[in-house]
Amino acid sequence: MLAGAIDCDVHPTLPGLRALFTYLDDAWRETFVQRGMHELVSNNYPPGAPLSVRPDWRPDVGPPAQLPQLRSHVLDPMQTRAAICNCLYGVQLLFSEDMAAAIARAINDWMARELLDREPRLRASIVVPMQNTELAVDEIERHASDKRFVQVLVLAMGDMPLGRRAYWPIYAAAERHHLPIGIHAGSNYHNPTTPTGWGTYHSEDYINQAQAFQTQLASLVCEGVFRRFPRLRVVLIESGFTWLPACLWRMAKFWRGLRPDVPWVDRSPAEIVREHVRLTLQPLDVPPDQEHLERFWEHVGSDELLLFSTDYPHWQYDGDVPLPSGLPAGLVHKIMIDNPLATYPRLREALQ
Amino acid sequence: MNEVVSTLSRRNQYAISRMAIADCDLHPAPNSLADLRPYLDDRWWRHLESFGARRRHGCLTGSAYPKGSPGANRRDADPPGGRKPGSNLEFMRAQHLDPNNVQLGILNMISPHPGGVQNPGLSAAMCAAINDWQVVEWTSRDVRLRASVMVPYEQPADAAAEIYRRAGDPNFAQVLLLSRTAEPLGQRRYWPIYEAAVAADLPIGVHAFGYGGAPLTSGGWPSFYIEEMIGHAACCESVITSMVVEGVFERFPALRVILVESGFAWVPAHAWRMDKNWRTIKEENPAVTRLPSEVIRQNIWFTTQPMEEPEDPRHLLDIIEWIGWDRLMFATDYPHWDYDDPTTCLRVSLTEAQRAALFHDNAWRFFVKNRVQDRADDNQ
Repeated sequence: MLAGAIDCDVHPTLPGLRALFTYLDDAWRETFVQRGMHELVSNNYPPGAPLSVRPDWRPDVGPPAQLPQLRSHVLDPMQTRAAICNCLYGVQLLFSEDMAAAIARAINDWMARELLDREPRLRASIVVPMQNTELAVDEIERHASDKRFVQVLVLAMGDMPLGRRAYWPIYAAAERHHLPIGIHAGSNYHNPTTPTGWGTYHSEDYINQAQAFQTQLASLVCEGVFRRFPRLRVVLIESGFTWLPACLWRMAKFWRGLRPDVPWVDRSPAEIVREHVRLTLQPLDVPPDQEHLERFWEHVGSDELLLFSTDYPHWQYDGDVPLPSGLPAGLVHKIMIDNPLATYPRLREALQ
Repeated sequence: MNEVVSTLSRRNQYAISRMAIADCDLHPAPNSLADLRPYLDDRWWRHLESFGARRRHGCLTGSAYPKGSPGANRRDADPPGGRKPGSNLEFMRAQHLDPNNVQLGILNMISPHPGGVQNPGLSAAMCAAINDWQVVEWTSRDVRLRASVMVPYEQPADAAAEIYRRAGDPNFAQVLLLSRTAEPLGQRRYWPIYEAAVAADLPIGVHAFGYGGAPLTSGGWPSFYIEEMIGHAACCESVITSMVVEGVFERFPALRVILVESGFAWVPAHAWRMDKNWRTIKEENPAVTRLPSEVIRQNIWFTTQPMEEPEDPRHLLDIIEWIGWDRLMFATDYPHWDYDDPTTCLRVSLTEAQRAALFHDNAWRFFVKNRVQDRADDNQ
């Protein structure tokens, strides 16, 4: 393992709605008390499910992945230089735009005070209320001057495909402030989790995140987001990445056949994605043996796409090494350090 | 006259010199619903004329995602006389079956596939009518062609009845569902269809498209037809997830499923991802006893079209190897616009054995030989 890595996906747990009370104004605080709102944990990661917390990272009592644990489990042993906190609390699940905006505001303030102020190695993604584009932009603007916020966080399954033009002011704000858009695995559960309706099991929902990412890529490319916002970067987080080559081959084929449908897409989707999109490392949905994996890297066709992540505290790997075996040293360095720095301008500014 | 004869004979020689092909995705189409009139009773014909075939989307005719060409057809596939592409057997023979030496053609009726029609009686009646029509107009007129049993898949009991009705009829090679159903296809409400298919020794073909009511992506409705087309692979990945995680193949180990017109390059990565989640799957549903990749390897087959196009075509060979050379079956999608031409679509050199497996033998074994062999075994 390489010291000084940049971990692009860790998940400190918000201990509960009550932890946000000091960051809410009186009216919202009173609302939460009046209405008996204690929790807003999403179905994406049931706290007791195997995936949600690795067994040796699961505390005997209390919420997992608090700051001391984050330090002792990953930051210290891995000699991490910086880690990006992606808070997965249930903001996106709500239907009230105002309530979502209030909780997003409180979460971002909570992260700034309780995490970023206390641990200089941490960075954070701005949680935004995607229920309302204007309020999401407000939230980006509110934190834009705090350079410890390095990204804007949205979910892979939302109300509308992310390329849709109603969302473009969010991308304008992100581009203006050098903030990549981080699309994280997860659903707001406003739409069925597959194009054929609701799955039965948690494992289905999680596996099917990869399908959401594929269709989001198609949306971003086909709507022309990267043509309108040429400096915008998108990071797919906890997406898996082995589905990517086949997805690009398919997109390129249909682009050749159906270009008149989207005339503004003036070069191959594969080229656009390789320029604008990055993916985090974990989970490693990789082939079972080394020889297949080596051939797979050839399919990816670029050493710039992957960004190191542990996905702490999710149970994606055992032991101390989150990297696949047999990677050339040069690629390890790119994944762990160079690629994250190239992707996040605010990290580059602070660390280089 | 001499000129005509010499043209014909040149064409035949050309075809004979070619390897035989099995085409697992041919699309016949009625010229209009009136072609089905003789096979529908008066009550449902009147209903069709009054209300049409209402599905879970807004367009009674046309599409909210207009195709790239009329009817999504090749622009050169119009039969003489102004009929619709795919509606004329003689023209299909002359344009595709004969010159490409197609020896086995699987008919997949998708325009329309009435399996998702909302009115349950109409859905069942139209499926039965199309099944009769396929035999009279197609399979009885060309021994190379086999039909698919159209079923009202949102009413599994009615679907099972239709399967039992066609069981043992050599005109039919598989049961046909569309991929975008109302619920994920692994769910128990659909199991009577699988039970009947196993009993009738018919594989289940799941063809891309359909309207089940859910948005075309898990993140809502996309804007463009190109997104719908790209999204079929993702949709079919979810179909596999559901069927495997629900334990369909533990309950029906002999069930054979073939995914049609969703490509195939995505299959290995999807199997790797499912295996990665094996720990959660078996804890949630202990009925699943085998690794997902093993289940996929044993119970699921794929047609090739629309064949993905890597920048380096050799990468496709890795993918085929990882899926299994015995698991993929060639398909053209004739007469649709994204037709894969058997002479040009695969830009890599194959061994004779690989070519034979992919373009003919796998399908022959899957659709024909297995059934013949099974019946021979039964008789012993």
